[in-house]
Amino acid sequence: MPYYEDIEIGYRRVTGSFTFTPENIKAFALKFDPQPFHLDEEAGRNSVFGGLAASGWHVAAVYMKLTVADFRRMDEEARARGEKPVASGPSPGFRELKWLRPVLAGDTLTYTSEVASKRTLESRPEWGLVAFRNAGTNQRGELAFSFLAQAFMPRRSAA
Amino acid sequence: MKLTFEDFKPGHLGTFGPHHVSREDIIAFASEFDPQPMHLDEEAASRSMLKGLSGSGWHMCALLMRMSWDGFIRNIASSGAPGVDEVRWISPLRPGDDLTLSVDVIETRPSRSRPEIGFVQLKNDMRNASGQTLMLANIPIMVLRRGAAGAN
Repeated sequence: MPYYEDIEIGYRRVTGSFTFTPENIKAFALKFDPQPFHLDEEAGRNSVFGGLAASGWHVAAVYMKLTVADFRRMDEEARARGEKPVASGPSPGFRELKWLRPVLAGDTLTYTSEVASKRTLESRPEWGLVAFRNAGTNQRGELAFSFLAQAFMPRRSAA
Repeated sequence: MKLTFEDFKPGHLGTFGPHHVSREDIIAFASEFDPQPMHLDEEAASRSMLKGLSGSGWHMCALLMRMSWDGFIRNIASSGAPGVDEVRWISPLRPGDDLTLSVDVIETRPSRSRPEIGFVQLKNDMRNASGQTLMLANIPIMVLRRGAAGAN
């Protein structure tokens, strides 16, 4: 992870890609979202989605999975430059999450993250708060998922 | 018969749960979806801002879905949700927490573009056993209107 000071508004990064399969869609749904159109192909075909559809929360959780893998890549890039990797902070939440299109079995989403805004915090001088516009686009180039994430990022002055 | 849009009025919808979350549940979710040290490793977690092993915020979101399904969505003519207006992660999810979910209807409005559905705006308050709020979520859900195909 970069320090707060090194984050540029407008910087965009491809976080990673993930293919939703009948197996991973049903495994998530069984635990967390057992609606018929997430568990059964025929129920999915007969629903508004037109096929076995991933839970929207599964689509969101995969964003986090790919983001953590991307954090690790950024850490390795930092080590390669001879810098010490920076640990990111937690998130206070998110806004404007939109499930724009169904994600069906066989779909591959490519997730991207763009820095939307940043600000320092009077109450926590060792951290800054950064907002990211994150999105997931399917293999046809259609925007399927987006939200505005927030994360605490460490300030260089606190290092 | 399932509840339809017309059955919802502003006010308290219900309080659902408890739903127990074990250390194993926290680590299983984090291992697959959010493998950061603060969600996996006690030692690393004790040094983090959250001061101790905590569940992923996305785990809380997934549990919100599960508790909503078990509590009321299975009994309504639901047509899903277009998204989430806002989620605030207020306090960390801890191993052993027994979660309750308090749900209020803020407002209801028929859809202009889709006459067969209406929007029901929900405010969700997820709390631990001592009543501390862990997460607040404002979510509009879509519910079929009475008489719509598949509603009853």
